[in-house]
Amino acid sequence: MKFIIAIIKPFKLDEVREALGAIGVAGMTVSEVKGFGRQKGQTEIYRGAEYSTNMLPKVKIEVAAPDDLAPKIVETIQQVASTEAIGDGKIFVLDLASAVRIRTGEAGDTAL
Amino acid sequence: MMNRKLICGTGALTASLFAAMPAWAQEAAAAAPVPNPGNNAWMMTSTLLVLMMILPGLALFYGGLTRSKNMLSTMTQIGGVTALAMLMWVIVGYGLAFGPEGNQFISWGKFFLAGVTPDSTAATFTDEVISEYVFIAFQMTFSAITVALVLGSVVERMKFSAVMAFTVVWLLIVYYPIAHMVWEARGVFFVMGALDFAGGTVVHINAGVSALVAALILGKRKGYPAEPMPPHSLTLTFVGTGLLWVGWFGFNAGSALEANGSAALAMINTFVATASAALFWMLAEKFSGHKGSALGYCSGIIAGLVAVTPAAGNSGPFGAIVLGAVASIVCFIFVSKVKPALGYDDSLDAFGIHGVGGIVGAIGTGIVYAPSLGGPGGADFDMGGQLVTQVSAVAATIALSVVGTAIAIYIAKAITGLRVSPEVESDGLDIGEHGERAYN
Repeated sequence: MKFIIAIIKPFKLDEVREALGAIGVAGMTVSEVKGFGRQKGQTEIYRGAEYSTNMLPKVKIEVAAPDDLAPKIVETIQQVASTEAIGDGKIFVLDLASAVRIRTGEAGDTAL
Repeated sequence: MMNRKLICGTGALTASLFAAMPAWAQEAAAAAPVPNPGNNAWMMTSTLLVLMMILPGLALFYGGLTRSKNMLSTMTQIGGVTALAMLMWVIVGYGLAFGPEGNQFISWGKFFLAGVTPDSTAATFTDEVISEYVFIAFQMTFSAITVALVLGSVVERMKFSAVMAFTVVWLLIVYYPIAHMVWEARGVFFVMGALDFAGGTVVHINAGVSALVAALILGKRKGYPAEPMPPHSLTLTFVGTGLLWVGWFGFNAGSALEANGSAALAMINTFVATASAALFWMLAEKFSGHKGSALGYCSGIIAGLVAVTPAAGNSGPFGAIVLGAVASIVCFIFVSKVKPALGYDDSLDAFGIHGVGGIVGAIGTGIVYAPSLGGPGGADFDMGGQLVTQVSAVAATIALSVVGTAIAIYIAKAITGLRVSPEVESDGLDIGEHGERAYN
């Protein structure tokens, strides 16, 4: 099993969710996060006082998936979330040791 | 609001004579002026509109501009000085500004409103009168908003107790004398013929300059200007701006003291000067290479309202539009370029907008009053002479505000220590001074 973490631009969330649903992803966790990468931040101006914020709002998607589906998920997110500009985000893939469905106690791929 | 002689009612006295001397009483009743209910109703409404400018208007406008840890402190300080100013007004303020005895600098009498009855009346600018209690209440709200405006420069670091002590002294030695000098018939600026329809000098220049002096003596907020201190809720600031604009019709059109054509002129000017100023601030931002902002729109509205205050009934609508635009651009340059260069911490730009906008408005009123520019001045209007009068009134107001505020702040410092501890300032005044948080 793989654990996929994708950091994307907030406005791309709905498109990514639909595209992942279409390839058979049954669930995901989404959170609003802040961070920075090559896109350094933005400048805010209040009555001439300039403040540069170095953290930008992003959306983090977490998906647990069977090994065979993982490459397809990564590819889909990469294609759908891309605007070809800096700040599009990153995708991280981790090995996932185990998964348990709390309601039934099922473990492994069937729990996903 | 220039002022007129107050005519005291004689209700209680005449009532006792009515029975014994019916013929004489009838004659006296015919002679005693009676308020027109329409005028009285408009002045009662205007009085409440000015209260709404303070609570919640100014409280939200200023509160939204502070950091979230100081929201309640900002609002409570405004509420505290407003309530205190109301009590001081009926105890001594009205007597010192509009009392029956006096000279060109101060008046006295009618302390604790002695002798005022429901039948007492105050003259307007025509032969009409309004109830004296209504006039007292209307003027009371002006004293309250003026001292509340000063707080814009000292928020986020001045103790609540210091704010209250400052208010007592400042009202006594700065506000009441200046209100007397500008609005009372014997006052030195009134006699000079200075044009100030609704209080550009008494309220805005006075509050703005006092705010600057108070901020200079108090010192900067810890971390200013290196640490970012962005407004915590421009949404609330926007709401407060709207309440201020609506309330300002009571302030400006109410200053005609009647629901008449002069009030109508003040009303249309309070619309169009403000609209012009709002857009010109955003244009100034755009031409400086920035984005037209919500805070810029709100700041422009306040700058326009301040500038049109002395001109409200003293200008044609198109003079008011130009005045609003000019004041907006001058204030924009002042708060976004000049203030950062000078480095003092007028936290919410009480001086940058009320002081600077007030000065532009007061001097500009001497120009837009001209009949050739659509103003209500007579054919013999002497613009040069009027400008000299306007500038003298402005300069004298500034001098009085500077000296009086310095005295008031140092007295507050001796009594209360003036400034919160660095720890309280860092934690926020909401918890440190009031034991509450605005948002949980």
